[in-house]
Amino acid sequence: MLISEFLLLGAVLFCIGVYGVIVRKNAVLVLMSIELILNSVNINLLAFSLKYNDISGQTFALYIIAVAAAEVGVGLALVLLIYRNKRNISLDELSEMKG
Amino acid sequence: MIAVENINVGQQVGFGIIALMMIVGAIRVVTNKNVVHAALWLVVVLAGAAAQYLLLAAEFVAVTQVLVYIGAVMVLFLFGTMLTRSKVGNDENLDNRNGAMIGIPVALLLLGTLTYGLLKTYKAERLPLKNTPFNIQQLSDSIFSHYLLPFWALSFVLLAAVIGAIVLARRD
Repeated sequence: MLISEFLLLGAVLFCIGVYGVIVRKNAVLVLMSIELILNSVNINLLAFSLKYNDISGQTFALYIIAVAAAEVGVGLALVLLIYRNKRNISLDELSEMKG
Repeated sequence: MIAVENINVGQQVGFGIIALMMIVGAIRVVTNKNVVHAALWLVVVLAGAAAQYLLLAAEFVAVTQVLVYIGAVMVLFLFGTMLTRSKVGNDENLDNRNGAMIGIPVALLLLGTLTYGLLKTYKAERLPLKNTPFNIQQLSDSIFSHYLLPFWALSFVLLAAVIGAIVLARRD
């Protein structure tokens, strides 16, 4: 296997995730796009872990999974709170801080 | 990139099928008009990622991916969809107006830059076919000795996330 195959797969998933973050308006869908980005990073880390024969990549991947789980929990709690106050989770409705 | 010798054909075909499935699933996640369908396509991508981790000889990370992402995170997403009462059928109001006009050029530019850089740097470098993959003991040694301080920090992050989620979502 070539290392660039895995790295290119990670790059493609990363770009699709970035596209989702830019295009989507619904907050839950933006969080899903962020999950795509985090997974692409994990693929990269594991590919480098195998390439350089270093276990640190797998350790980092596990830490990223844990942080992503925490992020989704807090993010969905925030979305729920926004929905309760505004009856809407469109991100362009949250314009109170615009001068 | 394609014309190299001594490739493991089975591994290569498996990688190709799973990668294609993941890319199609990811595109469906960011273009679908239905929130629940987007969440279910995300399951395809996450399961494919777990399979790729197995191809990369990281079986513990693959199992963790299945448990944490497909088990817990997807349930959270479906609960989030349910509690915010998103429309169950198709919803035309999920995307920004003219979002694709910005999103497609940005994504393609990023992809071009990354592809150029990666192919230039790792032109035909092979992944080693190792005889002794890492086992879980080495992984736990790494976590609990060398990376112990980040592990503690992570436990505080998880604690703060649990308390924060409860405080934010509680009805008072």
